[in-house]
Amino acid sequence: MISKSTRQLIGLALGLAAAGGALAAGADLGTTQKQATNWVAIAMFAIFVAITLGITKWAAARTKTAADFYTAGGGITGFQNGLAIAGDYMSAASFLGISGLVFANGFDGLIFSIGWLVGWPVITFLMAERLRNLGKFTFADVAAYRFAQVPMRTFAATGSLVVVAFYMIAQMVGAGQLIKVLFGLDYTVAVVIVGVLMMCYVLFGGMTATTWVQIIKACLLLFGATFLALSVLWQFGFSPEALFTKAVEVHTKHDAIMAPGALIKDPVSAISVGMALMFGTAGLPHILMRFFTVPSAKEARKSVGWATTWIGYFYILTFIIGFGAIVNLVPHPDLYFVDGEIAKGLRGGGNMPAILLSEALGGNIFLGFISAVAFATILAVVAGLTLSGASAVSHDLYATVFKHGNADSASELRVSKITTVCLGIFAVFLGIAFEKENVAYMVMLAFAVACSANFPILFMAVLWKDCTTKGAVAGGIVGLVSSVALTIMSASVWEAVMKNPKGSAWFPYSSPALFSMTAAFIVIYVVSKLDNSAQAKLERSLYPAQKVRSETGLGAAVASGH
Amino acid sequence: MNEDIVARIEANPKYHELVSKRNGFGIFLSILMIINYYGYILLIAFNKEWLGTKLGAGMTTSIGIPLGLAVIVITIVLTNVYVRRANTEFDELNAEIIREVNK
Repeated sequence: MISKSTRQLIGLALGLAAAGGALAAGADLGTTQKQATNWVAIAMFAIFVAITLGITKWAAARTKTAADFYTAGGGITGFQNGLAIAGDYMSAASFLGISGLVFANGFDGLIFSIGWLVGWPVITFLMAERLRNLGKFTFADVAAYRFAQVPMRTFAATGSLVVVAFYMIAQMVGAGQLIKVLFGLDYTVAVVIVGVLMMCYVLFGGMTATTWVQIIKACLLLFGATFLALSVLWQFGFSPEALFTKAVEVHTKHDAIMAPGALIKDPVSAISVGMALMFGTAGLPHILMRFFTVPSAKEARKSVGWATTWIGYFYILTFIIGFGAIVNLVPHPDLYFVDGEIAKGLRGGGNMPAILLSEALGGNIFLGFISAVAFATILAVVAGLTLSGASAVSHDLYATVFKHGNADSASELRVSKITTVCLGIFAVFLGIAFEKENVAYMVMLAFAVACSANFPILFMAVLWKDCTTKGAVAGGIVGLVSSVALTIMSASVWEAVMKNPKGSAWFPYSSPALFSMTAAFIVIYVVSKLDNSAQAKLERSLYPAQKVRSETGLGAAVASGH
Repeated sequence: MNEDIVARIEANPKYHELVSKRNGFGIFLSILMIINYYGYILLIAFNKEWLGTKLGAGMTTSIGIPLGLAVIVITIVLTNVYVRRANTEFDELNAEIIREVNK
């Protein structure tokens, strides 16, 4: 891991730290060998599956209407939803990827932990309560509130599906690679298991099951990570200084792990990546959807407060775990490194520090537990993505665009379920198709689209009175197209995936967000200002009522659709 | 929601107080958050050496590590400060507005 070139590291790190972390295992560790079948891990995972399927059965009895399916009838409390949101966000990647990054580079891993956290205050201060007050099932409800339904919904649903698709590919490829390493299962088998289980949760249990799967997984992950971090600190008498001293002594980079390295190469990339993370989080459809599962704006705020707290706490733990891996694994190359040589990297690859640390500290049982949690994590995140994709198709495209709002709950629910099956099959197919591809850029691409297309239309529709349908759709399209185009023209795709010569990438920065998001806002502003149609006048005249509802919650969709 | 209710709320000074107080507070905290995060990132971009300076003579821990952890803790604190104030003070004001409009 240590000999890895800087350039590779930046590209990888972006993918690693994101939800698709294990995907970088695919990219980086093309040679990952299938490990011996781990029966303890499989048994623990089987217990998790049995419990979650039991919950799904219970949830199925309570999932009768479209509202139950999309939002669990709005009956989730703020605390529960906070855990579920944290579960959506604390992926196998943040756990394995960030601790892997800390293991390899020390300090630089911390920069990533911070980056993935800073989107949450933005959601809290600007979005959470307004989303809850204006929306019902999807973020398109909010974006299209006072606008022409057909164009706005069509665009918002497209934005959702594009983000979901990129995120999904990263998750599925990551799942296959990770499970191959952790459980010793075949890649295809692993991808099919994830697809089938995820379909069961969503299809039968809807949002209720998906939420509880997410909550259980979040608790297991927080418990496992806390145990690992406390064990490490206990080894050093709870003195971080002693831990760092030992780490510097054994790490091949020695004191360099105590200072920022090559992760931030230029200020423009730093700001651009920062924007993608900060505002992209507020444009992820599977996260936004969670705000409709709580009964009020007050609970929506509580959820985001709890989510931020858990996620921040978790990232501090991953930092300690990474250092714990350095001091526990590096002194024993014979046990944990390929052929007993540090230069050849860890057994199973660069995402393995947390896993091998659990073996070092807790033996085979704890190794099995942590492996099972990592599998459960991917499964839960994929279920959340599928549900948000299905709601974009059934609620936005089918019920509003295609049926002009005249679809009854039963037929909308039927379309959701058909879409869930299609998305499940699609996800398995993509997972298999992309097995050998470098998909490290996909999570970053999902964030770039989310912050350049979804976030600007949502922000302007809710907060700017002069915004019009034409402006929002034009700006959204510019954001979507430019973020995808600039990502393709950047080194991570142009050179790493399309195999063009090094240095030929036209776009020199790590993320397009600074340019594509700014362009989206400018286009929304200019086109809206120039729009003097009768429709635009009507939309502006509807702003005061929208504002009253978004600020006071008066007239907001009630907790349950019953 | 009918136009009469919207007009009555807009005529209520408490509504404008709520909007300006809550949004002002949100914007204020957003600015603190941007300083908190971008301050750290720009420090890394422009002054890596300083962040790598040791906390004290003979120590291993560098300044950047507690500072980085502080960024995480500040993020958590700012978020919860907003949630607490919005859920108590602002929500009470909000409830008053709704009570008055329903009178």
